[in-house]
Amino acid sequence: MTTVPPDQVMAQRLAGIARGPVAGRDLDPVTGDGTLLDDPAVRPPLVLNNRTFGEVTDIICGYAENPAPRWWLPALMFFGSIAGLGGMFIGYLVITGIGTWGLNNQVDWAWDITNFVFWIGIGHAGTLISAVLCLLKQKWRTAVNRSAEAMTIFAVICAATFPGIHVGRQWMAWMLLPLPNSNNIWPNFRSPLLWDVFAISTYGTVSLLFWYMGMIPDLATLRDRADRRLRRQVEGGPILLPFVPIRTDKIRAFVYGFLALGWRFSGRHWHRYEAAYLVLAGISTPLVLSVHSIVSFDFATSILPGWHTTIFPPYFVAGAIFGGFAMVLMLLIPARELYPHMKDFLTLRHLENMAKIILVTGMIVGFAYSMEFFIAWYSGNDYELYAFKNRAAGPYWWAYWTMISCNVLSPQVFWVRRFRTSPFIIFLVSLAVTIGMWFERFVIIVTSLHRAFLPAEWGMFHPTPVDIAIFTASVGVFVTLFLLFMRFLPVFAIAELKAVMPAASPHPHGHDGHGGDGHAAGAAPHNGHAPSLPAKGAH
Amino acid sequence: MVFGSGPKSGRLYVTEAGEPIHGIMAEFATPADIFHAAEKVRDAGYTRWDTHTPFPIHDMEEAMGVKRTLLPALVAAGGFTGVGLAYLMQWWMSAIDYELVVQGKPYNSWQAFVPITFELGILFAAFTSIIGMLALNGLPRWHHPLLKKERFLSSSDDRFFVSIEAQDPAFDPDRTRLLLEQAGATSIELVEE
Repeated sequence: MTTVPPDQVMAQRLAGIARGPVAGRDLDPVTGDGTLLDDPAVRPPLVLNNRTFGEVTDIICGYAENPAPRWWLPALMFFGSIAGLGGMFIGYLVITGIGTWGLNNQVDWAWDITNFVFWIGIGHAGTLISAVLCLLKQKWRTAVNRSAEAMTIFAVICAATFPGIHVGRQWMAWMLLPLPNSNNIWPNFRSPLLWDVFAISTYGTVSLLFWYMGMIPDLATLRDRADRRLRRQVEGGPILLPFVPIRTDKIRAFVYGFLALGWRFSGRHWHRYEAAYLVLAGISTPLVLSVHSIVSFDFATSILPGWHTTIFPPYFVAGAIFGGFAMVLMLLIPARELYPHMKDFLTLRHLENMAKIILVTGMIVGFAYSMEFFIAWYSGNDYELYAFKNRAAGPYWWAYWTMISCNVLSPQVFWVRRFRTSPFIIFLVSLAVTIGMWFERFVIIVTSLHRAFLPAEWGMFHPTPVDIAIFTASVGVFVTLFLLFMRFLPVFAIAELKAVMPAASPHPHGHDGHGGDGHAAGAAPHNGHAPSLPAKGAH
Repeated sequence: MVFGSGPKSGRLYVTEAGEPIHGIMAEFATPADIFHAAEKVRDAGYTRWDTHTPFPIHDMEEAMGVKRTLLPALVAAGGFTGVGLAYLMQWWMSAIDYELVVQGKPYNSWQAFVPITFELGILFAAFTSIIGMLALNGLPRWHHPLLKKERFLSSSDDRFFVSIEAQDPAFDPDRTRLLLEQAGATSIELVEE
């Protein structure tokens, strides 16, 4: 166990010895909320304010149990209305046809596929945090994985809508699947578009399984709390509706209880649960890398200049991580301001770590942009070179330079520590990155298509109000689902957060009560839930 | 406590009210306490017992003497089943049932079948891991004698429990209680079936 408190001043303040604001509110220029200490010998705390296990449970379950914050219902109604109006535009599209969109014979993929790639890219952060950071034993992931996984699933839902409505005759969309039909013909398994169907549906399903499995213990916690209140007949428990004598806790105990599958926190169960979690992390890691690679094959396997490049898979994956983390930050930075005590779990160190990931992946994306240009010149292919010149200086130059300034230039502010630890600046950069990543897909799709091989076919794409409305609606759906998640489900992985607190260690004084170093011969795999201990050699 | 005889184990414990006993549960205050208690229970030779902790405790499976789980092997089997079925499906549909020349590629163009084969392998492995985990754990099971005890519900919050079943061959109401007391339990309760 770390003997030196991460921040002496903060420790004294928390104990009431020193005056000053407590962690989460003050901003010490060096250590921020106490987690920004850059001393490799000291582990910054993952949970601030010396919270006990009970307080952690109370705070996080409180988000789902206490009355909703005052802004919540208006926000839900606003975004829900946007989603509903957009749903009506989708209805209009289905009734009338995709001619209501601005795409045409030359630019036959436009906003729809741009939005699809945009959302599926955003959906990469959740599984990356759950799987890749789990394998790398990055304990800070426990504070962000639940909400990032939720966001992933909602983004995949938005993404899957667009190819579904893009097929033209939407009632024939089932023919994407290898189902027997009256023509006795099967889908073309050599087409990347079909690979996409399998990649996206597998990714959505596995993300949902991962999210749900991680939530089982926390749903059981919510179930037990509702159950205990019912047994104790806590006075004044809210009745669901006037004149309907059902207590909310009855519904909670039933719904959370059903979803918790009877989890009883058994040590034998935990053992298999951790093994399953590690296995899922192991198989989700190649999955998350494969999904956006396969999305990029939609483009890379064609012969169109600007699309037909081998750099696409790694470049798309890096861009997906980049855009996904930006969206996670855009959701979590306001949340930690609006919800009480959320800053105790979501510290400045978490934000800084994610800002660093944005900086790195932004540089990878920037490298890919420049490498595309280099190869266009170096290949000696006139069409390829023209496609790229046209991107930067053609009629869509503004889209290209929006992309460059948002994706390559804006993250550069994170070289300065003061900026990458300021939630406000991180929020602004994340907003810019989200806009830039949308434009990246727009640039790739529209600028390559609008001037292909035959100049006689050249044209332009102009979005129609239906294009704009359906994209806005997808934002509405996404935020609505996230607001519902914040209201009704455990927003943090409660059990995992407790497991990374120093108090979770079974060897609190570094003494060895269980004989020898059995860890090396460990009978079971561990998955990064390990308590925050120094190296095993310490005892 | 009354000592009687039961049909299965030859022994059946019932409470004074005549209710059959599921087992005994003991509460501990800290992860370290339950860790050492688990080692004591393991060393005393119990087999049908468990710990209940709000989060997985590091190395607990060693303290409990739990054998390595079969789950990864099951997942591998599930994954390879998915791989096999996916390839078989694509080969049969493209090369046997309806031969179709696309892009001049052979009917059985294995390179083009790799992505879907991979994805379905992952899908089957993921389903195997979660369903296998639940099945090996005997879940879902929406009722359990322990969940009837109000005190036990704090195992999902900040308390740590050891439960020993009355069906355990080594179970003895007095000696088991003494063992748990010596292990530092803060409270011990009988659990009715």
